[in-house]
Amino acid sequence: MQPVTTVHYLALSLALLLIGTVGVLTRRNIVIILMSIELILNAVNINLIAFSNQLQNVNGQIFAIFVITDAVAEAAVGLGILIALFRNKETVLADEVNLLKW
Amino acid sequence: MSQFYTTTDHFVLAPALMLALFGCAILLFDFLLFPNPKDRKWLTLFLLAGEAFCGYGLWRQQAFLSANGMNEITAFQGSLTIDGFALFFNWIFVIATVVVAIVSYHYLEIEGEHHGEYYALILFAQCGMFFLAAGTDLITLFIGLELMALCFYVMVGFLRAERRSNEAAMKYLLLGAFSSGFLAYGFSIMYGISGSTKLSDVASAFASRDPWDPMILLAIATTSVGLLFKISAAPFHMWAPDAYEGAPTTVTAYLSVASKAASFAFLLRIFMGPLATSRPVWEPLLAAVAIATMTFGNLAAISQNNIKRLLAYSSISHAGYMLLGLIAGNRTGLNGVAVYVMVYTFMNLGAFLVVIAMRRKGIAGEDVDDLAGLMHKSPGYALLMLVFLLSLAGLPPTAGFLGKYYIFLSLIETGHYTLAVVATLYVAVAIYYYFRIVKSMFIPEQFEPAPLSTSLGLRVALGVTGVLTLVIGVYPEPFLRMAQTSLMR
Repeated sequence: MQPVTTVHYLALSLALLLIGTVGVLTRRNIVIILMSIELILNAVNINLIAFSNQLQNVNGQIFAIFVITDAVAEAAVGLGILIALFRNKETVLADEVNLLKW
Repeated sequence: MSQFYTTTDHFVLAPALMLALFGCAILLFDFLLFPNPKDRKWLTLFLLAGEAFCGYGLWRQQAFLSANGMNEITAFQGSLTIDGFALFFNWIFVIATVVVAIVSYHYLEIEGEHHGEYYALILFAQCGMFFLAAGTDLITLFIGLELMALCFYVMVGFLRAERRSNEAAMKYLLLGAFSSGFLAYGFSIMYGISGSTKLSDVASAFASRDPWDPMILLAIATTSVGLLFKISAAPFHMWAPDAYEGAPTTVTAYLSVASKAASFAFLLRIFMGPLATSRPVWEPLLAAVAIATMTFGNLAAISQNNIKRLLAYSSISHAGYMLLGLIAGNRTGLNGVAVYVMVYTFMNLGAFLVVIAMRRKGIAGEDVDDLAGLMHKSPGYALLMLVFLLSLAGLPPTAGFLGKYYIFLSLIETGHYTLAVVATLYVAVAIYYYFRIVKSMFIPEQFEPAPLSTSLGLRVALGVTGVLTLVIGVYPEPFLRMAQTSLMR
């Protein structure tokens, strides 16, 4: 059986980045858009850990912990704003949030 | 002190530490000492005290650098660097924060959303900006950026009962988090290429490789998407008009100057640091982005009726002009970017301050038509607005002319004639839409007889920005020298 190398991890993270990007650009539900953004940040984490393992250098793992913290903070603020929005206009669909245009 | 936190570390960190401490203190005191909403005016004084301590820290660093003839102080094993560049941008942040803070009290009372957290969020955002201007490590820069951005997401949505504000915050957060993800992806590739998170190590790793290496291309592409989004350059500019229009006007003013200045400091650190040797790859890309940014910003501003939205598109086009200085890339160009950022801070803040004065109880005052007859009603405000608009359009003898002059000069020096011609033509378009506002101010009819809202803070802030906009235009010597020393390496 073939061993898992850094290149495999990079392919996985690139796939996650693309899936997340497509999700952000095409989904209507704001909660799912937030989840797609989490996917992108997880792609970053996989990259960092794979490189950290390959280079035998701990900086990447520390960076990954900061990225995880940041993802949590962003989700907390995002859901808070979404609740404020939902109170004033009962929707979680991005295309119905349309007061501001051109 | 231990080797993990030396006195040098403390000396370098002190300004940011003061901002964070005073931010926490404001949260605590708002809750414990000032339960009565009328006492919230003390929080402004608290914020000003924090800024005074921060300014004192910066002043001591500046004195230390010039007394010892040093170019920079590094701390935390090279992840923070105080040099002329960091100090120059930090002074801009201090001035912008003070101006915004002293006009906020009266404005938030009118909006009916006056909460103590607002002042804490401003201080935390400025703390993030400190790290963006002084950071020389990928982790420090990323955390600084996120600290600033998270505070701005909350501040844009500060008018909780207003749907436009909720909507602006939601759009800003979704697009902001998306671009931060891309930026972090680019940073992870940079780490993979160099095996270090220090900008200097990344720079030497990039210099030893072919700039067309696919890994380097991937790093440049993803990092550029994140950075260009933050400065609201086309095609990543669509968040800016929505966020600017929906946010409380004081936050719009802060977002348009301080956040943009910090993002440009960040952009210069990355493009003139690790990516400097990849210039053949990104120079044509950025030139295309700069032209697209000026085109979108200027042409979309023509048809706007909401002043905040008009100024948002105008600030997009200003980002395009600033990018041109980086594309030229010689001393004049980088100096031009520093001068432009400084000048833009004062004139754009000033224009938004007049919009803040237009907001009265029950009157939004955000449309171009709402300014009708301002010259006859309150000539002082109208004349100040005229100065700011002349400056934004880049006409002498105001400060805006100086900023554009150095950018154009650097483009001609480096032989980018096409870019110089296109940029100059767009100035004509800009004059057209700025003068729509001027025309509205000078027509004799008045639609709203109510007097403009005013406060001591607003008058002081308008005085400072108005005087600086004129003085930099008429007597630029000391300000130019300041910008030049900022780039001494």
